[in-house]
Amino acid sequence: MDNQKESIAFLRAANAPTMPPPVSDRGVIGWLRANLFASPRDSVLSILVLLLLVWVVPPIFKWAVTNAVWNGTSRDDCIGPEVGACWAFVKAKFGQFIYGRYPIEERWRVNLTGLLLIIGLVPIAMPTVPYKRENAVYLLIVFPILAFILLTGQLGLEPVETSRWGGLLVTLVVAIVGIVVSFPLGILLALGRRSEMPVIKMFSIIFIEFWRGVPLITVLFMSSVMLPLFLPADVSFDKLLRALIGVALFSSAYMAEVIRGGLQAIPKGQYEAANAMGLTFWQGTRLVTMPQALTLVIPGIVNTFIGLFKDTSLVLIIGLFDLLGIVQQNMTDPNWISPVTPATGFVFAAFVFFIFCFGMSRYSAYMERRLDTGHKR
Amino acid sequence: MNKSILTAVVGAAAFAGLGAAAASAATLDDVKAKGFVQCGVSTGLAGFSAPNDAGDWTGLDVDLCRGVAAAIFGDPKAVKFSPLSAKERFTALQSGEIDVLSRNTTWTMSRDTELGLNFAGVNYYDGQGFMVRKSLGVNSALQLSGASVCVQTGTTTELNLTDYFKANNMTYNPVVFEKLEEVNSAYDANRCDVYTTDQSGLYSIRLGLSAPDDHMVLPEIISKEPLGPAVRQGDDQWFSIVKWVHYAMLNAEEMGITKANVDEMVTSTDPNVMRLLGKEGTFGEAIGIGNDWAYNVIKQVGNYGEIFEANVGASTPLGIARGVNALWSKGGLQYAPPIR
Amino acid sequence: MANSSDAAAGVADSGRVSLIYDPKVRSYFFQALTVIVVVYILYTGVTNAVDNLARAGIASGFGFFGDRAGFDIGQTLIHYTNDSTYFTAFMVGLTNTLLVAAIGIFFATIIGFVVGLARLSKNYLVQKLATVYVETLRNIPLLLQLLFWYKAVLAVLPSPRGAHALFGDSVFLNNRGLYLPRAIGEEGSGLVWIALLVGLAMWVVIGMWSRKRQMETGQQFPVFLTGLGLTIALPLIAFIITGAPFVVDYARLEGFNMVGGRVIQPEFMALILGISLYTASFIAEIVRAGILAVSHGQTEAAFALGLRPNHTSRLVIVPQAMRVIIPPLTSQYLNLTKNSSLAVAIGYPDLVAVFGGTVLNQTGQAVEVISITMLVYLTISLLTSSFMNWFNSRVALVER
Repeated sequence: MDNQKESIAFLRAANAPTMPPPVSDRGVIGWLRANLFASPRDSVLSILVLLLLVWVVPPIFKWAVTNAVWNGTSRDDCIGPEVGACWAFVKAKFGQFIYGRYPIEERWRVNLTGLLLIIGLVPIAMPTVPYKRENAVYLLIVFPILAFILLTGQLGLEPVETSRWGGLLVTLVVAIVGIVVSFPLGILLALGRRSEMPVIKMFSIIFIEFWRGVPLITVLFMSSVMLPLFLPADVSFDKLLRALIGVALFSSAYMAEVIRGGLQAIPKGQYEAANAMGLTFWQGTRLVTMPQALTLVIPGIVNTFIGLFKDTSLVLIIGLFDLLGIVQQNMTDPNWISPVTPATGFVFAAFVFFIFCFGMSRYSAYMERRLDTGHKR
Repeated sequence: MNKSILTAVVGAAAFAGLGAAAASAATLDDVKAKGFVQCGVSTGLAGFSAPNDAGDWTGLDVDLCRGVAAAIFGDPKAVKFSPLSAKERFTALQSGEIDVLSRNTTWTMSRDTELGLNFAGVNYYDGQGFMVRKSLGVNSALQLSGASVCVQTGTTTELNLTDYFKANNMTYNPVVFEKLEEVNSAYDANRCDVYTTDQSGLYSIRLGLSAPDDHMVLPEIISKEPLGPAVRQGDDQWFSIVKWVHYAMLNAEEMGITKANVDEMVTSTDPNVMRLLGKEGTFGEAIGIGNDWAYNVIKQVGNYGEIFEANVGASTPLGIARGVNALWSKGGLQYAPPIR
Repeated sequence: MANSSDAAAGVADSGRVSLIYDPKVRSYFFQALTVIVVVYILYTGVTNAVDNLARAGIASGFGFFGDRAGFDIGQTLIHYTNDSTYFTAFMVGLTNTLLVAAIGIFFATIIGFVVGLARLSKNYLVQKLATVYVETLRNIPLLLQLLFWYKAVLAVLPSPRGAHALFGDSVFLNNRGLYLPRAIGEEGSGLVWIALLVGLAMWVVIGMWSRKRQMETGQQFPVFLTGLGLTIALPLIAFIITGAPFVVDYARLEGFNMVGGRVIQPEFMALILGISLYTASFIAEIVRAGILAVSHGQTEAAFALGLRPNHTSRLVIVPQAMRVIIPPLTSQYLNLTKNSSLAVAIGYPDLVAVFGGTVLNQTGQAVEVISITMLVYLTISLLTSSFMNWFNSRVALVER
């Protein structure tokens, strides 16, 4: 050892100082090289995309912010050569966009209903909060009854006809009723489709495939134009209620397929174990298989709900004024009509829908990651 | 698994319990029992039936429904409105969802027969016209060959249009929309050269365009469009009530009875006035309502001339002249049979 | 839930299983009950409808199909005038729906695959742009997008008199549509079409032959180039031999509008634009998930075997990804077809607009018209999904 030490005189006692990576691999330049200009093809693509952004983004920003009209009282404020979005229109009509023509002095009832919904929804959406069962009972049974009393005006409250409902209120009512009703129906249909009783299996398949095979718009036409003829002469439904029935039947077919997916994903051993424990079919379903299946398909349920939420905009075609319907109707208000009003209205409606749907899709992705037990690459 | 179906049935039944309204052959009894008249109107046509900013319905068609409510209950507010698209309107009436359809609906033979409707009179004589941009330099509908025409589906308008162009050996390109708002915005965006609908509607729609003064309504009227309220077939009593509410408004105008002077006219000794206002005879009882029915209609809603002026007349933005809708005694077509 | 304890009690008492606890009997009972309930509901509905229609004096039945329609339609693929029957109008609506579905599927697939691959790109900008595209379009209702595109298309395009002329006055673009020249076949033009078909058929045959030969001998054959050459050359030869039997009909400004040529209407453009961009955002996610589902080891194995990158993706990754992609892709195609019914909102004459709209209004026969409309969509859905199931089972066979 000693010999060696002497012979290799330049052996270092300390580490050489750490050199920074070459300039081309670090900092902004390194990032640019790795992410934008990794190959000639990449460089061309990056430059094209940059050009596209330069071409598209500034005009949009100018339209939506710098050239936009923020305050105003009528169309005259929004007419001009370079005028951008007419946000004053949205401001003036905001109450209508949210509540429709719900009487102004009764709007607190809508707000209260919204609050009641949030109270139920927030804890059930958070996986760590306990009392899920009580919470679900509140959301699926107590809340709908309270909402019904408040919104239509029962028990001494001033009655409000559904023809005066509108805006985001109708959008949410249709979507939430659709999902709340379709949930139990979907469970039963999913069980029916997996049943060993041929008649029930057949009916379930026919029901599911029928509603999945036709567009929602024809379902809505059916419920608005055809359904009244199939009811006894002395019974007639409210128009909103008919749309709700159509939407609920339609979405229960989709819900059934989502839940069936969950049921199929559970190992067969679970079913067999439930049988071996001497549980009846309903006990086994309630205590063993359904809870597992439902937990598995939470993302699917949320996605179905997002689809349903977007589809509610179709009710405008049968003359109900949901958010999009009421925005579109207000565009033709002579007091506000201007070249920029329609675009402003559409952008506002798109923004509201986007907030809701994007929020829900993030939640669905979060649940998916939570449920993912980690056997992915 | 039968439970799925049972649940559906129970659910539907529960829904029915919440939202069902009754309708049967004796419409008047039903209306009296529920305490209001259910009236089908358009989803929004200024002057005829449109909600104002407070959400209350106004218009010529709306006032007819209010008149019916006033005749039955003495209260013009005892009426609920169902906004209906062109497509839904007939089913809504046939199925008993509404009691009377007062929605600028054209009286045609097939509707009167095959669709099971009864038209209870004509509260507005209209005709189909064309609106074009002034910049096209057109001044007659006969110059429109080759044009793109915006039209709303589900109306007699669509058929009249075809017939007119065919009869005059002209061609056109139809652009058809389901909803009025969509036709308006497409025409406003210059998708079509021509907008066609009932002429009264054209005036109403022109107001809502981004530059109303750039457009003109052509003089030609290509069809007869008698617009009026309709009821279901098979209930003559109800048919009579709606029919005579309309006639009472016309008779009142003819006799010079207005909302303002009806209380003085009650003391009139003119037998015609006495019969109309229920001081003589039992005309109201004959159709199952109070004898002061016409008094209520005039007092609460007004005579025909008044509601015309208030909703579509010269003082309104629509500014429609009486024209053929004037009383027969003033050269128009509005003629009511006498109350006798 | 109390059944099991009751059952136990029943067994203990009598020593044998009572009839109501026999699973077989119960199964028959419930099924019979279901049948009775369903039949009862259907029966009540139908008798109600018959009663209501009879009482209101409304005509019923399908006799109206033979009547004269009496209205015009903006875009027709088959011959139609206002003297045609309601049945022809129905067919016009149906063909228009199928046209939109076919073209929409074509574009949505291409855009969807491109965007899906872009989301996997290592290029930061490209990947982010694709993400923004997908997240925005997926989360806004299609109806809103269609209305937006329709307004945007109309706003951007000039009026007929200021039409953009492209390719030297042969193609025009204005807010009444895109006007293309139209070739009108004269005598002998049929031969050109036959030649085209023969070319395509030969392409298929050569493809099959070369595949077989490659399986046996390993030799490759340039199928694509040969096939393409044949499909172009054969009709061209026929065209020259028959002496150019086509006259080209150019669009020209006459009166208010362009006349002649073939016109693609703005409603159609907006519908295709909206529906393909919207569906593409879903397809992109499906494609991304499909490619991510192929294990990385597969790529590495292919490289280790010496395959080039494009061969790796064509022969190794894509076939495996397709197995994951095709089932959800099918349901997207079905969604697109069903969503094409939103055409009614922007005035494109599809099945719902022409038949479920105008015909329903003119005849007033709501029950018949809406039932037929729903049945047509149902049939399209079932046919498409059975075709895609067949295709899927073929692709799935690749799996060992």
